[in-house]
Amino acid sequence: MGAIQPKLGEPTSEELVLVQAAKAGDDSAFEQLVRRYDRNVFRIAQHITQNREDAEDVVQEAFLKAYGNLGQFQGQSKFYTWLVRIAVNEALMKLRRRRPERMVSLDEEIKTDEDSVPREVADWSPNPEQQYSQAELREILTKTIQGLPSSFRTVFVLRDVEGLSTEEAAEALELSIPAVKSRLLRARLQLRERLSRYFNKAQGGDTAQ
Amino acid sequence: MKCSEFLQELNNYLDDVIDDRTRAELEDHLAWCHNCYVVCDTTKKTIEIYRDSEIYELPEDLRTRLHSAIMTKCQSSKKSGPQKV
Repeated sequence: MGAIQPKLGEPTSEELVLVQAAKAGDDSAFEQLVRRYDRNVFRIAQHITQNREDAEDVVQEAFLKAYGNLGQFQGQSKFYTWLVRIAVNEALMKLRRRRPERMVSLDEEIKTDEDSVPREVADWSPNPEQQYSQAELREILTKTIQGLPSSFRTVFVLRDVEGLSTEEAAEALELSIPAVKSRLLRARLQLRERLSRYFNKAQGGDTAQ
Repeated sequence: MKCSEFLQELNNYLDDVIDDRTRAELEDHLAWCHNCYVVCDTTKKTIEIYRDSEIYELPEDLRTRLHSAIMTKCQSSKKSGPQKV
């Protein structure tokens, strides 16, 4: 069983050139940075806010803040990590505004009943995603990840969907590396547990609720 | 190695950030513990399914609209100065 392959590669020198040009006032260079990362920022924002309208606002506000503060970007981290930090903060602010009754914090340690101990250990069918139509699969994946606490969901999205390293995710979320690692393990195991209801070999996919 | 110990190392194993000796111990455990094998395999599939999924893709028409709004706001913000991050 091999390791999973990372999605994003190292930053290219092309990115550094664009950042330098944008800092010097070249708006077309900044626009290229927007094109490079807008899909990622939108996905992250949707995952955190779970609301399309909020995600659209977050994309605009994150890029606007990045643009206005380019002068403060020192280049010690990747531009993308810096941008993600801005976007995560914007998205959390939206979430807090929308759900004032529930404190939303990335610092809280959440204990849940379905913590890190796997209970469902039945094997999945060989190509579980093929048991469902594209639309059904999207619905299952969306519903499943929405059920995770926001602090787990955010770590999972940055690490496993967007391909940030543990160190980059820690920097973007202003969390310690052990906190990122512990949340990622719990997020992965909880998602696995929940998806097993749909992809379990014995179920054949048609009796899952 | 106990199953709980295997689980503690699961992320490092999947992310390929372990030394050869630990990897050999984990693979030895996987060879005889079916439950851990299934948990490991299905966790890997979970990650791959989400990574390859197309949930929350940005539609092209919305993308164009957002670009235009972002660049317009950026240009007008030049006059009003930087915002706090």
